[in-house]
Amino acid sequence: MIRIEHINKKFRRLQALDNISANFYKGQVISLIGPNGSGKTTLIKSILGMVKPDSGKIFVKDQPVNGDPAYRSDIGYMPQIGRYPDNMKVGQLFDMMKKIRNADEKETDNDLVLQFNIPAIYEKPMRTLSGGTRQKVSAALAFLFSPAILILDEPTAGLDPLSSEILKEKIIYEKKKNKLILITSHVLSDLEELTTHIMYLQEGKMQFLKDLETLQEETDEIKLSKAIAKVMRGYETDNKWIDQIFLAEKKDERIY
Amino acid sequence: MLKLSRYVLYDILRNKIVIAYTLFLFIVSFSMFRMEENSSKAILSLLNIVLIVLPLISLIFTTIHYYNSYEFIELMLSQPLSRTRILLSEFGGVCISLLSAFWIGVGVPVLLFSADETGFALLFTGTALTIVFTSIAFLASVRSKDKARGIGFALLLWFYFALIYDGLVLLILFAFSDYPMEKFTLLLSALNPIDLGRIFIMLKMDISALMGYTGALYKDFFGSGKGVLFTTVIMLLWATIPLWLAIRSFRRKDM
Amino acid sequence: MKYFFTIVFSFLLLISFGNTIIVGPAQPIRSLKKAIEAARNKDTILILSGIYKEGSIIVTKSLTLIGEKNTVLDGEKKYEILLISGNNVVVKGMQFRNSGYSAMNDFASIKLVDCNNVTLENNTVIHSYFAIHISNTTNAIIRGNKITGIPTSEQLTGNGIHLWKSNNAVIENNHIQGHRDGIYFEFVTQSQIRNNLSEKNIRYGLHFMFSNDDNYLDNTFRNNGAGVAVMYSKRVRMEKNHFEENWGASAYGILLKDITDSHITFNTFLKNTVGVHMEGSSRIEIQKNSFRNNGWAIKVQASCDDNVFHHNNFTGNSFDVGTNGTMVLNKFYNNYWDKYDGYDMNKDGIGDIAYHPVSMYSMIIEQNPTTLMLFRSFMVSLLDKAEKAIPSLTPQNLLDDKPMMKILKL
Repeated sequence: MIRIEHINKKFRRLQALDNISANFYKGQVISLIGPNGSGKTTLIKSILGMVKPDSGKIFVKDQPVNGDPAYRSDIGYMPQIGRYPDNMKVGQLFDMMKKIRNADEKETDNDLVLQFNIPAIYEKPMRTLSGGTRQKVSAALAFLFSPAILILDEPTAGLDPLSSEILKEKIIYEKKKNKLILITSHVLSDLEELTTHIMYLQEGKMQFLKDLETLQEETDEIKLSKAIAKVMRGYETDNKWIDQIFLAEKKDERIY
Repeated sequence: MLKLSRYVLYDILRNKIVIAYTLFLFIVSFSMFRMEENSSKAILSLLNIVLIVLPLISLIFTTIHYYNSYEFIELMLSQPLSRTRILLSEFGGVCISLLSAFWIGVGVPVLLFSADETGFALLFTGTALTIVFTSIAFLASVRSKDKARGIGFALLLWFYFALIYDGLVLLILFAFSDYPMEKFTLLLSALNPIDLGRIFIMLKMDISALMGYTGALYKDFFGSGKGVLFTTVIMLLWATIPLWLAIRSFRRKDM
Repeated sequence: MKYFFTIVFSFLLLISFGNTIIVGPAQPIRSLKKAIEAARNKDTILILSGIYKEGSIIVTKSLTLIGEKNTVLDGEKKYEILLISGNNVVVKGMQFRNSGYSAMNDFASIKLVDCNNVTLENNTVIHSYFAIHISNTTNAIIRGNKITGIPTSEQLTGNGIHLWKSNNAVIENNHIQGHRDGIYFEFVTQSQIRNNLSEKNIRYGLHFMFSNDDNYLDNTFRNNGAGVAVMYSKRVRMEKNHFEENWGASAYGILLKDITDSHITFNTFLKNTVGVHMEGSSRIEIQKNSFRNNGWAIKVQASCDDNVFHHNNFTGNSFDVGTNGTMVLNKFYNNYWDKYDGYDMNKDGIGDIAYHPVSMYSMIIEQNPTTLMLFRSFMVSLLDKAEKAIPSLTPQNLLDDKPMMKILKL
C-alpha cells in the first residue's frame, strides 16, 4: 500500500530522514517509534505530502505522492495537535470535510462521531472546545471516510482513558477490516494491544522494521517496552531514550 | 475552491477583528459625511483612511490569520486538495471578508453621500489596495517561518509603502530637480500601489492642479481611458505577482 | 415670409434716409462691389442669399450692409474680405468665410481702420485668420457675432475680435472660439466687454494690454489654452465673469500683470489650474468672488502689494494661496476657507484663530513642480502638520485673521 524508496530529508543541518526505505501492506498496524526528533513526524508528513523529501520516492497505492493530491482521499489523518478555525462550528467542520471529499452521508463511518457524542457539540465554535474534545473531533474526522490507510500521530495524547479506550477499540476494529494503520505514540502500552509491526527510527535512520512476534522471539520478552529496551541495548545507541519511555509510561499511569 | 473559501469566509466574517474593522470604517465614514457640510472634504479624510489604514489592516490581519490557520492548513493538506487550491481558498476567503468590510464600512456611506466620480475612484482604489496588500501579506507570511517575524515583516512593508517610499521619491525628485522628471514620476508611481491609487483619486479630485506642471502628460496618461486601464493593469500585477510568488513558495514549502 | 417683411420693412425705413440697393445672383446687380460703387452715403445694400467671391471689398461710405440667412462672402483663402474705413457703417447678418492668411499682414474677414460709429451685428465669421480686426476706431459696436476659427497653431491663427488703439467700443453677446486670442485689446480705453462667451481659443480667451478704464461684465471664458491675461492696465473693473477650466502649466483664470487700481468682484473661478495669478499688481480689490475646485485659487507673487482680498469663498481648491516669497504686503480678511478648522467661541460667525492659506507643500511644489506627485500622501500631511507646529518655510504674516465660519452667500 505504501512504498518508501530511499528518501532523504535535511532541515538545515539536521538530517531528519536518512535514506529510509520501507514497504507497508494492508492489514498491518505499524508503530513508528523513536525519540523526539527522530523523524517520525517528518516521515508521516512526507507520506502526506506536507514535507517534500530532498530525494527518494514515496508511493501510496502505486501513486507517487508529489503528483496528483487525489491519493490522499485514501488516507485518514489524525494530527498530533488539531487546531481549527476559531469561529467555525463543529458541525460546519464536518460539513466542509464531507464536501471536500464529495462524500455521501451514507458512506461515512460515524462510529466515533456517535461514540464521542460529537453531534451534541455541533453548534459550538471550535475555539470553545478543550484540547481533549478537539482530539476527539480529529479522531472522528480521520475515520469518517473509512479510508484504506489511517495515519494517527499520537492519537491517545490528551484523551481521557474512556475515550482512549474507545479509540483503541476502533483501531482494532479497523485493523480487522484489513486496513493499513500507521501510529506514532510515546505510550508503548497503548500500542501493545494494536500493533503488528514496529518501525524504529533514530536520528533519521530506520533502525529496524519487524513484526511483533519476531521481536518478541528475538528478545524473549512479551512486553513491548521491555522488548524494545532489550533490542536497543543490543544496538548500543543512546539508551537514555529507553529510560524516557519508562518514565513516560509511569507518568501516564499516574495521570489515569 | 469555493467549497473551501466559503468556510474560510464564514470563519473570518465572525471574527471579532473583522467586525470591529467594519464598524470602525462605517462609523468613521458616516460621521465624516455627517460632520462635514462639504462632501468633498469628507472624501478627503476618507482618502487618508483608504491609503493608510486599509493597507495596514489588510497586511496585519492577513498575516495573523495565516499563522492562526497554520494547523488548519496542515489538516487541509492531508486532504485530497492541491496546495494551490488551499492557498487560493485562504486568499479568497480573507480577501472577500476584508472587501466586504470595506464596502459596508466605506462603500455604503460613499454611495449614500457622494456617489460621484471621486467617490467611485475612492472605492476602486480601496478595493484594489485591499486585494494588493492581502496578496503581499500572503507572500510575507508564506516566506517567513514564525508569526512574530511575519507580523514584523508585514509592518515593515507597510511602513515602506506608506511612508518611506514617498520620502525616497521626494529625495530623488530634489536630487534630480534639474532633469525632466515627469515621465519618471509615472514609473515611480507604478512602483507603489498606494501612490498609484492616490494619484488615481487625485486625478478626479485635483484635476486642475494636476493639469498644471505635469500638464498634458498626466492628463493624457491617467485622464483618459488609457489611465484607468494602466492603473487597473498595474494594480492587477501588484495583486497577482505577490500571490503567484506566494503560491510558488507554498508549493515547495515543508509544513 | 419673414424675409419678405424684413425686406419691406427695411425698404420703408430707408425711404426716409436713403435708397436701398438689392444685390443677388438673380438681380440686376450681381456684384456687391458694383453696388457699393453705385451707392451713396446713407444707402442700404441688401445682399440676398448666395456665395459672393469678389476678393477684397472696400467700404468708405456711410452704408448699411444687410445679409440674408445664406449670404456668404468668401475670401477664397486669399483676400481680406471686407475693409471698412469711414463713419456710420453697419454690417448685419452676413456670413464671412475663408479669409486670406498672411504672415506679413493681419488679414481679417472684417477690418476696420480709422472708423467712427461702426456696428457689426449678428454676423458669422468662420475659418478666418483674424475674424474682426479694428484699429484707430471710436464707438465700434460688435454685437451678437458668432466667430469660429480653425485652431491650428498660434502662428497660423489670428485673434477673434482684435482691437488696437480704439476707444468707446462695446463688445457684447459674441461667441468666439478656436482663434489665437478670443478678444484682444491693446491701447483700448473706455470700453465695455459684456456677455461674451470666449472658449477653446489656443492662447487667451481675453488678452488685454495697455488698456485703461475698461469694464468686463458677465463674460464667460472657458477652456482656453492660457485663460485670460490682463496686463499693464489701470482702473479695470471685472464683474460677474466666469473663468472656467483653463488648464495647463501656464494657464490662469486670470493672469494679472502690472494691473493697478482695479476691481475684481462677483466672479466665479471654477476648475482652473490657477484661478488668479498676480504679478507686479497693486491696489486691486478682490471681493465676493467664488473660487471653486481650482488647482491654486490664487497665486500672489511677492512683487504685488496693497491688494485686498475679502469676502471671497474658497472651496474645493487643491491649494488656496500660493506665493514665491516670504514678504507679504497684501491683506486677506473675512474670506471663507473650507480648509479652515478653527473654532468660534463667541458665535459671531468669525473664526477665533487666524487661517494660514499657504501650505508648506505648496511652497515645496513652487520650488520643484514634479513633487506634485506626492500631494495628499501620508508623508506630505506629516510635513504640513510639522510646519504648522514649527513654521519655517511658509510666510507667517500671510493670513486671514478673521476667517468666516460659514460659506458666504454671493
